[in-house]
Amino acid sequence: MRIAILTDIHANREAFQSVLTDLSDRGIDRYALLGDIVGYGPDPEWCVDRAMELVAAGAWCIKGNHDSAIANPAESLNITARRIVNWTRPILSDEQREFLDRLPLTKQLDDILFVHASANDPADWNYVSSETRAIGSFEVSKARLIFCGHCHVPTLFSEDLGGRIKQQRIPPGMAIPLIRTRRWLAVIGSVGQPRDGEPQAAYAILDTDTNELTFRRIAYDVSATVSKIRRLGLPESLAIRLNTGA
Amino acid sequence: MHRPRPGLEIDGFTLGECLHKGGFATIWDVNHPDHTHPLIMKVPTLLDGYDAPTIVGFEVEQMIMPRLSGPHVPRLIAIGDFSEMPYIVTERISGPSLLTLFSTAPRPVSEAVEIAARMAEAVHELHKQHVIHLDLKPANFLQRENGKMVCIDFGLSRHDHLPDLLDEEFTIPMGTFPYIAPEQFLRQRGDLRSDIFALGAILYELLTGKLPFGQPEKLTAVRKRLWRDPVPPRGLDRTIPEWMQEIVLRALEVDPKDRYQSAAQMMFDLQHPRQVRLTARAQRTARDGAMVVFRRWRVMRKVRGFASPPSTGAQISKAPVLMVAVDLAPDMEALGQHLLLSTKQMLVIQPDARVACVNVIKTARMGIDQTTDDNGEHLHVSRLLALRDWAASLQLPEDRLTFTVLEGPDPGQAIIDYVQKNHVDHVMMGARSHSATRRYLGSVSSHVVAEAPCSVSVIRLPQHGVVAEPEIAPSEDQRQEG
Repeated sequence: MRIAILTDIHANREAFQSVLTDLSDRGIDRYALLGDIVGYGPDPEWCVDRAMELVAAGAWCIKGNHDSAIANPAESLNITARRIVNWTRPILSDEQREFLDRLPLTKQLDDILFVHASANDPADWNYVSSETRAIGSFEVSKARLIFCGHCHVPTLFSEDLGGRIKQQRIPPGMAIPLIRTRRWLAVIGSVGQPRDGEPQAAYAILDTDTNELTFRRIAYDVSATVSKIRRLGLPESLAIRLNTGA
Repeated sequence: MHRPRPGLEIDGFTLGECLHKGGFATIWDVNHPDHTHPLIMKVPTLLDGYDAPTIVGFEVEQMIMPRLSGPHVPRLIAIGDFSEMPYIVTERISGPSLLTLFSTAPRPVSEAVEIAARMAEAVHELHKQHVIHLDLKPANFLQRENGKMVCIDFGLSRHDHLPDLLDEEFTIPMGTFPYIAPEQFLRQRGDLRSDIFALGAILYELLTGKLPFGQPEKLTAVRKRLWRDPVPPRGLDRTIPEWMQEIVLRALEVDPKDRYQSAAQMMFDLQHPRQVRLTARAQRTARDGAMVVFRRWRVMRKVRGFASPPSTGAQISKAPVLMVAVDLAPDMEALGQHLLLSTKQMLVIQPDARVACVNVIKTARMGIDQTTDDNGEHLHVSRLLALRDWAASLQLPEDRLTFTVLEGPDPGQAIIDYVQKNHVDHVMMGARSHSATRRYLGSVSSHVVAEAPCSVSVIRLPQHGVVAEPEIAPSEDQRQEG
């Protein structure tokens, strides 16, 4: 089975559409959306609609902290993120808000675990941004493969038979064999707001038959999203971030 | 977890006798009902507790071996993980191990050159598949019955497109001390020229029966190769030709940039000994004196690393073998000049390319050929001189330029054979203007474009005032108009 893993779409219609178009002829059997469909971006309705369609067609969708903050204003967020969530909330329909609120925090499939942030206390939204911060996920879960988002930076960790956790280099666009002598934790980069210095939308494809994971990047019309952000008067820092991918 | 023993059955494989017991693994003869060819199983020998180096080496092989193909690697049959017993099953290479041959070194130059060329060919094939071996030594080469060399044991290797599980995993340099390159000592794992160094050390051993840097057991002794030069092969045996010493010492240069830039370029020199350009390296008969070594030590002891290429693929495409097939017929002079201009342009974009100038003498299919012309001058020699004359204005140093005159009834086939034998990356050749005969019988250039296993640029003179019918070339996209 080939699973397309997308995360942190962040209401970026152009990026989301580019990724979906790119995936349309890649023989994908299943979509996994790891949360944060809304927040930061100018097109929350369109993005939630697409997510709902995908779920209706069999996709798995996990809740992210921005999705959670729509129904739960007490959710801890930085000032910019809170401002956008407050702007997003009234735009969404009741049906859309309910969809986001009902999303699960994790999805387990055989030996694979999908989660938005660190797998230990998923609702605490901890960042998996270093070898040390990856320990929690490996400890709490028995899954052989763990996939998460939240960091917006594609990262790959492995835990060897001796329990040592190492960050691994990611060769972009190349299939990485997730060898069975190790457990793996992959932080999939963000579709709608990359932060690793590359503005292209990030996602990944897992092939469970060949046991290989491929991190991919795809260009989208950044300037279109940026002008929408400016036209709507959303914070300029969000526009700059999309341009630089930083 | 199982331990390997004769008669053990695992995943359909039945273990036979133990063929080899090494430090990190045992090799077993195995049978499987679905496989008729002889197979072997490699089982890592795990010490009690967590045995990191062995396990990681096994994991690296597990990642890299499925990506490799071709006659220069053993064909992979199956891999077993740690749940029952870790193993790798491959085809059994029937030919003799190189280790036996090396125990009888020194070997004659004629034999050493042949073996080294085949080894370099196998290593280049690995490099083309984005793998740097990083543990080349006689024990890691096997030979097929057809003579082709097979590289084995990828436990320390690195694949450009895969995570490097060994990178920074261990604090000491890994490899086999007599053969590892200086940059490997400095824990650099990303330079295919490290394999060139090992090939140099292997060739040195084959020619002299000695190891260029002895059998160091401590790391401090390994480090010495950063400043201490080996005894030149001719210092041990004067019958070793100068060109051979030139090849060995060039491969053993401390700074990777001074070595051959690809295994294919080293193989090329091994196959064209008479065209190896001799430098001061070829003349030496003794190691450098104490003062020279001291001065080198003062510089090298501070070196923390050497500039390495961004990737194996990038290094290979930066140092291609460019073949220029030159037609020396008198009426082809204008085309020849046009080809020369295009070659110069190509050298601007590929400044490290090595250029092989080739001319083909067409011989009759049957009967005795006249290879001496009316003036008694040997045709072969006169063609060589003409080739040199043609290439003079390229102004390339001699070590990057070779001249070869081929003979054969079918010039296109002669060029294709040369491409295959010498791992040419790019052919440049001229095409004569259109004619009805060529359209029906096919031209040399279209034959080469269709069948050469590399890029081919066909250069044609601009045809003024003539509206030629479009020729249907088999591979239009590869054609480059001069």
